[in-house]
Amino acid sequence: MAELPKVHLTIDNKEVEVPKGTTILQAARQANIDIPTLCYLKEINAIGDCRMCITEVEGRKGFATSCIQQVEEGMVVHTHSPAVIEARKMILDLILSNHHRDCLTCSRNGNCELQALAMKFNVQSVRYEGAKNEHKIDDSSPSIVRDFNKCILCRRCVSACKKVQKVGAIDAVNRGFTSCISTVGDHSLNDVNCTFCGQCIQACPTGALHEKDSTEVVWEKLRDPESYVIVQTAPAVRVALGEEFGMPIGTNVTGKMVAALQRLGFDKVFDTNTGADFTIMEEGTEFIKRLQENDHLPMITSCSPGWVRYIEMNYPENLPHLSSCKSPHEMFGALLKTYYATKQKINPEKIFVVSVMPCIAKKFERQREEMKDNGLYDVDAVLTTRELARMIKQANIEFVELEDEAFDDPMGEATGAAAIFGVTGGVMEAALRSVSEIVTGKPLEKIEFEEVRGQKGIKRATIKIGDQEVKAVVASGLGNAQTIMEEIKAGKADYQFVEIMACPGGCIMGGGQPIKSSKIRETVNVAKKRSEAMYSIDERSTIRLSHKNPVLQKIYKEFLGEPGGHLAHELLHTHYEKREKYRI
Amino acid sequence: METLEKIRKIREEKRKELDLRVNSNVGTKEKHILVCHGTGCTSSKSPQIIENFRKILEEKKIENVRVIQTGCFGLCAKGPIVIIRPEDTFYAQVTPEDCEEIIQTHIIEGKTVERLLCQDISGRKVQKLDDLTFYKKQKRIALQNCGRIDPEQIDEYIAFDGYKALEKVLLEMTPEEVIETIEKSGLRGRGGAGFPTGKKWALTKAATGKQKYVVCNADEGDPGAFMDRSILEGDPHSVLEAMMIAGYAIGANQGYIYVRAEYPIAVERFEVAIKQAREYGILGKNIFGSGFEFDVDIRLGAGAFVCGEETALLESIEGKRGQPRVKPPYPANQGLWMKPTLINNVETYANVTRIILNGAEWYSSIGTENSKGTKVFALGGNVVNVGLVEVPMGTTLREIVYDIGGGIPNGRDFKAAQTGGPSGGCIPKEHLDTPIDYESLKEIGSMMGSGGLIVMDDTKCMVNLAKFYLSFTVDESCGKCTPCRIGTKRMLELLEKMTTGEALPEDLNKLEELAVNIPKTAICGLGQSAPNPVLSTLKYFREEYLEHVKYKECKTGECKALAKIQIDSEKCKGCGMCKRNCPVNAIEGEPGKTHKIDEATCIKCGTCISVCPFHAIG
Repeated sequence: MAELPKVHLTIDNKEVEVPKGTTILQAARQANIDIPTLCYLKEINAIGDCRMCITEVEGRKGFATSCIQQVEEGMVVHTHSPAVIEARKMILDLILSNHHRDCLTCSRNGNCELQALAMKFNVQSVRYEGAKNEHKIDDSSPSIVRDFNKCILCRRCVSACKKVQKVGAIDAVNRGFTSCISTVGDHSLNDVNCTFCGQCIQACPTGALHEKDSTEVVWEKLRDPESYVIVQTAPAVRVALGEEFGMPIGTNVTGKMVAALQRLGFDKVFDTNTGADFTIMEEGTEFIKRLQENDHLPMITSCSPGWVRYIEMNYPENLPHLSSCKSPHEMFGALLKTYYATKQKINPEKIFVVSVMPCIAKKFERQREEMKDNGLYDVDAVLTTRELARMIKQANIEFVELEDEAFDDPMGEATGAAAIFGVTGGVMEAALRSVSEIVTGKPLEKIEFEEVRGQKGIKRATIKIGDQEVKAVVASGLGNAQTIMEEIKAGKADYQFVEIMACPGGCIMGGGQPIKSSKIRETVNVAKKRSEAMYSIDERSTIRLSHKNPVLQKIYKEFLGEPGGHLAHELLHTHYEKREKYRI
Repeated sequence: METLEKIRKIREEKRKELDLRVNSNVGTKEKHILVCHGTGCTSSKSPQIIENFRKILEEKKIENVRVIQTGCFGLCAKGPIVIIRPEDTFYAQVTPEDCEEIIQTHIIEGKTVERLLCQDISGRKVQKLDDLTFYKKQKRIALQNCGRIDPEQIDEYIAFDGYKALEKVLLEMTPEEVIETIEKSGLRGRGGAGFPTGKKWALTKAATGKQKYVVCNADEGDPGAFMDRSILEGDPHSVLEAMMIAGYAIGANQGYIYVRAEYPIAVERFEVAIKQAREYGILGKNIFGSGFEFDVDIRLGAGAFVCGEETALLESIEGKRGQPRVKPPYPANQGLWMKPTLINNVETYANVTRIILNGAEWYSSIGTENSKGTKVFALGGNVVNVGLVEVPMGTTLREIVYDIGGGIPNGRDFKAAQTGGPSGGCIPKEHLDTPIDYESLKEIGSMMGSGGLIVMDDTKCMVNLAKFYLSFTVDESCGKCTPCRIGTKRMLELLEKMTTGEALPEDLNKLEELAVNIPKTAICGLGQSAPNPVLSTLKYFREEYLEHVKYKECKTGECKALAKIQIDSEKCKGCGMCKRNCPVNAIEGEPGKTHKIDEATCIKCGTCISVCPFHAIG
């Protein structure tokens, strides 16, 4: 690609050279000059509606909207002239005047972009007080709570849902002061086309959107001596949890996390990665069978519950393509309440399984009727990474100071293949490793499948397994999933294996992960850092192939029988059904 | 070429047939009864009048008399209006019951129905339309066909040089020459901002992109404004023809007209116009054998004021929520579906064919140095002749209010005129002699706007007026940007406090701060101009604000919560009108002696003020 011509301009007396097409905001930030923003979110939302990023451009009437307006040759920009500051103060004051300023009891206290600006501008009182919009809090869905008393109408959530995920469950309704973000007919998110991916929460600068809290129920069970509380943690949690305690993005805190969970009083601390190894065994076996029988190809992965809800609502005719495997934590929960309960002689009814997940759709998945075995839910509560961090803080545990501890045996061992489950392409790579070895009967020459790695939204690859070429595609983000599904629907796809994760970048960027401000998202490649941490866990693992996991081999031998066999199907597989987009 | 010959033939023949419409000396036995069929007269039963005339003519077997529905004549206060041609007799406030008498007396007996003639300001009865002072200072260019032709008959439009400008443009002019003509004419956007039309055309022509669009903004939303509606109702083809000319000039083959759904008659007339133009081969491919292709579609607005803002309008045409875009980029470069798009207002287009036919010099000879041509105003409020007027730029406000508008009714005094709707400002008495053009209005803190002109007498409270306009903007803000969504609401709340006596001195400062900063920070014209009614009333009527805030006083009595109603003993004649009409018996007094109001009982309803024949109460 030819390099774009350069544009020269002056920002706050500093000479800057940037490629043509750069916005004033980007140019300023590249020159280390910050401009406050609220509605702007890199690559997602640049609509100029909050007006915080206004700047003065010499010779131009009125302020320039720096998140939208592109630089021009010779432009002279002032980012904080007295006039700009006066106007920004008014904007901020107006936003605060219509905001429930209960910061101390807000889920985003300390991590709120509005609060940060109020601090920056040293707001001591709100000058333009007036009527506030009063909205009822919507907590009717199992995953997302909407509190529009804290909404500043930046529409970052709308863009994340509509432009990135291409779901469009929410948009602005009404006019003027009564404008608010709503669903079709203002129905509960439960009853509309929301997939509970939680990207709206990740986009929200304030506490208007957050996950449905499950910490209370978990605390209650931890207090109950009758309950046997087992916690399991997803692969992506360990590379992000540290951020909630001020540690650098992409720090692997597995040991500290386990130590903290032990301190919180869980009876057992297990690794969902073991569940992921089971998923590979089951999904791999299913794939080999389908490949041999040419049955409903491509096979599409099913471990992302937001994606599952999406396909159930949008492409029900393609449901037979979905792998019948449960997601790793559900598989693991099912085994805990059967195999493990029997072995440890614990009444499964007393077992309370808590999953710590980077995901909020898991909260919805957990309570699906299909996720019950012998009348018991496989998993009883789902905590997000953020909720776990809150529990650790409540228990006054100095997380950063903790000594590393290891997962409990005997269910604690997992492979490097499972470790990469939380990143886009990871499930595909883990499956291909085992499928290749099982099909060819020979060890892999190279264990890494580089072609399915990286942060690209859609990755296509042709992989040789023995004599056979397998066409694979990996998509993350529901917008990209839609592209692939449209190809399949139109009969234009010749893939055999498709991996889809609902969140762009995979679980590491899930709706339950630590929320990063717009500025961090602008300047740091969060997905890259978190995924590097995951791949490094894989690299350092002694076993990097799911089917080589001794725990797995033992449980198949002692309990489950063959992968894909009768009992495995009963406990580890499920089915999906067409779901109405609008139940209204 | 067939189309062209057919149209030329219609023009020639039909023009002869319709000569009686413009020439009162024409020697013909035929008569045309023209009945206004605009929205105003329609709601005063003009369709019934048309039906009655036709029925009576048929019953009486009278031939050579045709009944024609026309667009607005302008003098809406005197509607429904009936004009009989060629003699040009002007009947006002006609009812369906009057039809019989008009036919009998005027048509059969050849005499004038005196009682239905219109009274001029002087009180004398006027026979002819052109003799009314209301029309004397007007110059009808954009409205020239309104009231002259049947807007649903394309042949009548063609008869009065219709589609002749298009013919000239397509066969004799290059796109560059067309744009040059418009540029030289000095025509500026009539939607309010006054951007030079020719320049806009040139910018859109110069924009890169194969697909371009022409859009007509007919989303007229200012309270009290009905200029565009009247043009579309009275002369839809002139707008259609101009859109085609614009399409040829900028290189577009598709046009859209965005009309409010609340204008059903305008929509219907435009639909008819498009249908007829397509049938005649005027719209379509290879127009007049020139190779030029053009079509127009209608898009209906759902009643959001903000959709009159050009970028919100484009969003709405695209099927999205009507919200403005940040500019630049301007529509000329990235408009409809991000393609170069020319957007002009109805009235702007209505001038185009006239400019092409009469030349840029003719047009630029009318008006002031920087504002050429005429401007249509919807004259309303406390003025005798409420209606639609078209005056040359540079006409003074005094001429419009007093000469054309007939002055202030009920012997009241002029207090202010409001132009530009909710985006505009108030013009006080001292600026009555300001010649109206884009610059002069801006200079005195108002704006041309789309042409709403509301006259207010001395019973109107300026704080309350600002509150009225703010409540309109608050309702109509799209809610996209912070200053407009929350800022205008805060301004309204402050004004509400002022009009109910709850304001603190500090509130006036807050109101001013917001009024100064909102225009600088809002995304679109709606928010940027929303504080104008406050700014201009603060500029000219600051003492009224101070009275409200400091002394909790509203001298006009409009702010009921503040009203201190008193009877001026010098003016009071003791007639008892106030006492008889007071709903709570708060007024006492002997006949012939000064009356008194019991403040404790008074509910400040203002009835006494309005009924007092001597203006003694206030």
